[in-house]
Amino acid sequence: MANETKTADLAGQGLSISNLFSHKGNLYALAIVIIVAMGSIIALAQDIRWIYLLVYVWFGIGYGIFLQYGRFCMASAVRDLFAVGVPRMAVGMLIAVILFSLTAAIVKVLGVNTFHPHPMGWHIIIGGAIFGFGMVFTGGCASGSLYKTGEGNLASLLVVLSISFSQAIYVTMGGWFDKLAPASWTASAAAKNMPEELTVTQGWFDQFTAGYVWDLRGGQLSQQLGFEGDISGAFIGNALLGAIIPSLVVMIYLYLSAYRKGYLRRYKINVPRLGDHVRGIWSMITASRNTAIAGLCLGVLAGGHMWATGALREHYGIFNFGEMLANMGHTAGLSIQDTVFDPGYWYITTQEAQWGAWLLDKAGVQMTDNLFFGLENGIPNPLINAPGWMSIGIILGAAVIALSRREFKWKMPNLETATFAIIGGALMGLGARIAMGCNIGAFFATVTNGDLSGWVFLAGMAAGGWLAVKAFNWWIEWRAASDDLEI
Amino acid sequence: MAVKFEKISDGDYVLDVTGYVCPHPQMYTKKVMGKLGSGDVLTLTFDNPSSGESIMAMCDSEGNEILDRNEDSGVFRWRIRKA
Repeated sequence: MANETKTADLAGQGLSISNLFSHKGNLYALAIVIIVAMGSIIALAQDIRWIYLLVYVWFGIGYGIFLQYGRFCMASAVRDLFAVGVPRMAVGMLIAVILFSLTAAIVKVLGVNTFHPHPMGWHIIIGGAIFGFGMVFTGGCASGSLYKTGEGNLASLLVVLSISFSQAIYVTMGGWFDKLAPASWTASAAAKNMPEELTVTQGWFDQFTAGYVWDLRGGQLSQQLGFEGDISGAFIGNALLGAIIPSLVVMIYLYLSAYRKGYLRRYKINVPRLGDHVRGIWSMITASRNTAIAGLCLGVLAGGHMWATGALREHYGIFNFGEMLANMGHTAGLSIQDTVFDPGYWYITTQEAQWGAWLLDKAGVQMTDNLFFGLENGIPNPLINAPGWMSIGIILGAAVIALSRREFKWKMPNLETATFAIIGGALMGLGARIAMGCNIGAFFATVTNGDLSGWVFLAGMAAGGWLAVKAFNWWIEWRAASDDLEI
Repeated sequence: MAVKFEKISDGDYVLDVTGYVCPHPQMYTKKVMGKLGSGDVLTLTFDNPSSGESIMAMCDSEGNEILDRNEDSGVFRWRIRKA
């Protein structure tokens, strides 16, 4: 490269002590950290049990920092592969999967793993495909949209809002939409003898949940393959067989399909040997240092988060944060079981659905006569919504590092971008609810804990992403023609 | 705010995707690079940082040379020569 100016070096300069006060961005970044630290101290001074919520906040900030540092976005992983032939992010994602699987195995051996397997069924691949289609148009996955919001990108904020409200609406929709539920789901849901106030036979999502999903089974490889003992089950069953080997297989496929040709040409290798290919795979892994580092750190953080929440649950003798909130006198917004959404690990979409539902509830819409909010997740005030604070933490963490690297910039969406954000976000919300999670909850957190449903979600997300790239190319052709761009 | 693509002179083109977020910048760049001839130079302007990572990897993979990378107040201006 003939003339690289300051851009290339900013990443390295951003956090050095000598440059701390050299630009306003660092001061703003420092202000964010100080405000969150002060808020944490005030919360702990009020009641030490807020530590449970603060774990979500600070791990959220950690996720945000590394997501922005590595430009870590699973939409990019799928889209860039199909659209521009770049496997960079897909490789980073697989590195994160490998690392998280190992840290999750350690946490499992320690006995504080908070993961619950997802039921396996057709809904996962269908939901994944809808999610994948939507995320190509929004330009970011669920976690990617949060970190890009932290960069000042208001189109990404629109995506987050669209995911929030669309989910809240989908899970409470009734009327004509009830016709989407087959009679067998209605009958099966009715047989579950749920409390009357949940009106389980009304609303397509309740019938889908109780009449279909609850009848399915899922599990972790450690149990399914009959591993005896925590160590072999966690490390061989879940991590090695469930995450590491599949990740390495996908990585080799990515090398062969998207990287090998360019690598061999660059190094003028006409007759490659096995060693050349091994070096080529290593070159692919290290091609984007920041993405690889982010993948490593996110994997370690995600395991640490699971351990910290699990240890606190054990310490306080609770199964769910809702119990703690009830003990602290915060009963508004809890489900009828006194629970709230509290996955105990990295998750994105459900807490966003709670934000939308909370606002709709305040506007007078009935939001709790359903399983999703009424029985399971509740709709707590966003101020005491622990996973919600994790999402806010991601935005703040990303803002901290973006400000520090001089990459923060308020960016208003134009009409095209805003339309894609709202429609794509609504599709992501629908896909996430059908698949029972997003690229984090339904993929990243599952495959790393030996739950193969995550790979099924990835297959669906990739298929949806591939189709969306085709559709996006048609859109670009049409726009170029209508704008007289001779591209 | 629309995408701008112009031929400045023989072998010298500009593409401006300022204001657009993923995936617009990288997909327009891919499309334009496909149109250029060997040795042609594209001046690309964009302000979506994450697109830069993808465009850099794309150039690396296709053998296109990034001649300059400039940044000013969050706006990136890169000059790329097609292989």
